[in-house]
Amino acid sequence: MPAKRDSHSPAGKSLPERGLLLLIVLVLLQGSVLPLGAASSPNTSRNDYVDNPQVKVGKSNYTKKAFPVLTLDYHHIQAPFEISLWILLASLMKLGFHLIPRLSGIVPESCLLITVGLLVGGLIKLAGEDVPPVLDSRLFFLCLLPPIILDAGYFLPIRPFMENLGTILMFAVVGTLWNAFFIGGLLYAVCQIQPANPSILHKIELLPCLLFGSIISAVDPVAVLAVFEEIHINELLHILVFGESLLNDAVTVVLYHLFEEYSGAGTVTVLDCFLGIISFLVVAIGGVLVGVIYGLLAAFTSRFTSHVRVIEPLFVFVYAYMAYLSAEVFHLSGIMALIACGATMRPYVEANISHKSHTTVKYFLKMWSSVSETLIFIFLGVATVDGPHHWNWTFVTVTVLLCLVSRVIGVVGLTYVINKFRIVKLTTKDQFIIAYGGLRGAIAFSLGFLLKKDLFPMREMFLTAIITVVFFTVFVQGMTIQPLVELLAVKKKQEAKRTINEEIHTQFLDHLLTGIEDICGHYGHHHWKDKLNRFNKKYVKKCLIAGERSKEPQLIAFYHKMEFKQAIEMVESGGGFKMPSAMPSTVSMQNIQPKKPPPAKPVEKAEKAPSQLPKGREEEIRKILRSNLQRTRLRLRSYNRHTLVADPFEDGFDDLLIKKQKMIELEKKIKDMNNYLTVPAAPPDSPTMCRARLSSDPQSYRAKPESDSVPTIHVDLASPQSPDSVNVMDEFRRAGQQRGGERGEEDQGLMMRPHKTGEGADGKDPQKLTRCLSDPGPSADEEEDQPFLA
Amino acid sequence: MGASQTRAEHQYQDLADKTGFSFEQIKNLFQRFQQLSGNEETISRANLDSIPALANNPIRKQIIGAFFDKRNQHQDEVGSCDQIGFEQFLMVMSHFRPPNLRTTDEEKEAMRKEKLRFLFNMHDSDNDGTITLAEYRKVVEELLSKSGEIGQETAKAIADAAMLEVASINVPNMGPEEFYEGITFEHFEEILKGLEMESRMHIRFLDVDTSTMRCGKSQS
Repeated sequence: MPAKRDSHSPAGKSLPERGLLLLIVLVLLQGSVLPLGAASSPNTSRNDYVDNPQVKVGKSNYTKKAFPVLTLDYHHIQAPFEISLWILLASLMKLGFHLIPRLSGIVPESCLLITVGLLVGGLIKLAGEDVPPVLDSRLFFLCLLPPIILDAGYFLPIRPFMENLGTILMFAVVGTLWNAFFIGGLLYAVCQIQPANPSILHKIELLPCLLFGSIISAVDPVAVLAVFEEIHINELLHILVFGESLLNDAVTVVLYHLFEEYSGAGTVTVLDCFLGIISFLVVAIGGVLVGVIYGLLAAFTSRFTSHVRVIEPLFVFVYAYMAYLSAEVFHLSGIMALIACGATMRPYVEANISHKSHTTVKYFLKMWSSVSETLIFIFLGVATVDGPHHWNWTFVTVTVLLCLVSRVIGVVGLTYVINKFRIVKLTTKDQFIIAYGGLRGAIAFSLGFLLKKDLFPMREMFLTAIITVVFFTVFVQGMTIQPLVELLAVKKKQEAKRTINEEIHTQFLDHLLTGIEDICGHYGHHHWKDKLNRFNKKYVKKCLIAGERSKEPQLIAFYHKMEFKQAIEMVESGGGFKMPSAMPSTVSMQNIQPKKPPPAKPVEKAEKAPSQLPKGREEEIRKILRSNLQRTRLRLRSYNRHTLVADPFEDGFDDLLIKKQKMIELEKKIKDMNNYLTVPAAPPDSPTMCRARLSSDPQSYRAKPESDSVPTIHVDLASPQSPDSVNVMDEFRRAGQQRGGERGEEDQGLMMRPHKTGEGADGKDPQKLTRCLSDPGPSADEEEDQPFLA
Repeated sequence: MGASQTRAEHQYQDLADKTGFSFEQIKNLFQRFQQLSGNEETISRANLDSIPALANNPIRKQIIGAFFDKRNQHQDEVGSCDQIGFEQFLMVMSHFRPPNLRTTDEEKEAMRKEKLRFLFNMHDSDNDGTITLAEYRKVVEELLSKSGEIGQETAKAIADAAMLEVASINVPNMGPEEFYEGITFEHFEEILKGLEMESRMHIRFLDVDTSTMRCGKSQS
């Protein structure tokens, strides 16, 4: 028996996982076979149509057949079925990759997905069927791309983005232009050499080359996201490359349309160039404007959704999608519209919608973008198999080479200029990562696919070259960037969550720097930022945020958010006072409050709980937390498409199960122990509280009535500490533990604890007997010095 | 020309060495100083108070106070003065210089310490070397003062939570009876080390005269 188990464990696979892999293979086969069925069914449907008129005409000839009990009617549901099958396949693939132990560490997911796509495409082709045109440009641009971009735009970290906006714009606009012209021009030059042996290359003119250059020069947001998310690089580099990939869309759109338009004509005049520049401004600014308008509309709508909370997420998605489509109507930059929409609406919408809606929005965005990305890569593989291809060694190799070279030169040159204006200069390492991170992806491929054959006889060659470049960047650069990052010791992402001290000082710094600028007398960008903030607070927030929250200053909003999160965690963890923190500390409010002399008389009125009476549950929870706010550096999972940001509820489920078990055991132990004590088991207390209680006698041993889930503030008059800190926690603990005790058995998933990292003592049991100084108590667990309000 | 120029240059050279500004920057700041002081030799708090743009700033008092704080002059004096001259003005401004490409790591470290020290002095009003809970509460209250009608309690709560955080990070294993006196400079450095002060706490000092042009950005 043990031997068998050992043989399982190195592979890490157990029976369910093997079953899953088998399922994946089956779905794969099914997916490739069904198009067979699909391809043949149109024939049958045609036969039906042929038959039907006969049936209609010769109704009198209609002979009665036996009533069909079971029929097969595939083409009725063919389209949705195939779509669902693809999605299922994509998702199962994702699951599968993570089951294989070390694969996802070495090979980025995008590569694996492309490989799967190649396999599926190969299977379909082997079966002799037509590969469905999966990377149809309409499908791609209208369905697959928007979720990814919206996800990126909604969760865009605004502050670093704005701080580096100049740099990002330089890279996006000037860099892409440089790439396009360099690649296009040099390709044309290369194609023209060797006049002795005229090859098909000579037929390519300049404009198609430039068009090709503009298609291939744009850094692709999907590929960048896919690769960069796994390497956890520091925020600055991430936002630079990612921001560039988003903002270069405007340039790409203009260049593409410009060259496509005039490829037919054959020449481009100066006027056309001038119009192109104007067009660029219109496209970019127009796209942003459209996005902002829709964003404000969404924010305004969310102000009124307090009664129909369930459809709040819908507004976010639909308004954003409408922004994208509206921008596409006018050939403006849809990507920039989406980004602007998401970034604009986010602060207001989040202030208005409920917590659950917020979670829903987050989850849905991540889910859709994840599925979209997977599908895109698989389709890329499938479409590669499909072709049509025309391989030309010279063209393809020169393209790949030129892409690399132009990217490097572009980045180095631009950085030289940019560093003159930046405070935090970009080092050589940074430049290398930026250059290396310039991945091309599916957008380039789709744009190439869109080219019309009659205008561009070289379309197939272009497509082949594009696919080669995409494959090269995704496979080679994608796989090697992680080891290179390690090798170069590039700064990685800081994992710690923003603390309240940092928040306070960020605000303080903002005001300080604005003040110094005012004293200096010039209007620097702090001044303008401050002006914008004040405008925002005074006018915009009043319009767009419902109720009282419009007046809430940012610091308080941050604080409340933090409290709320911790309240939820505490409530859902059953009041157990093992609050996870990266550094378990024993510090609590009493350590920082200045020492007060113990009250002379334990009189009720003197030591009333803090003057504000609890207005509502939120107020109570807030007070509880204020006295126990301990969590400092939460271990924040880094921003990743596949795990959600800072969601403590999902993690540590294993810990949760272990804890539940321990709690159940402890309960049993305590139940046993209860039989030995002569006093009724009072709820657990800290040693200090116990000592305090002893000093005033009768209260400490009265079993507190079972409280409901609302923690009430109960003042214990004998405590030497500040009254508002300690007892609240006790009450809460008691409430939670009572609840936890009852529900220990049946509770399935409500008691989630946040993921605990970096701390040793796990099962600090929440249930501890009151320890009287004269009666140390039998349980061995009580030996540990339980930190107060850990 | 001639003698007066070299005297001014000599003076500026002195200042440039001490504070690290360039000649152009010193000249511009001197013009601003003249403007603020009404062509006097020194400026007082009232002069700074009268800047209209500062009126909206919630921490105005602390900022003005920092100019008159002797601790920011790096001469190991304490207390505050009522009038400051151009040199002191420059000294305070020098805390906001950005690092450049040639700054070495040690210099960056020293710069960060200096800037953090400036912030610390702003918080530690009684100059006892620690920021006590009361002082920190005052800081948060001032920060929130222009933001409207939130009560005292929230500011107090936020300050308490922040203090708790500092204590938890720096002295994690405090027993229940011990008392955390206040934030010392080392603890202050520790909690703010994630913010990279040397790159954040700066403004662009101008090389050109902006009294004629009113736009903000130019090279520092």
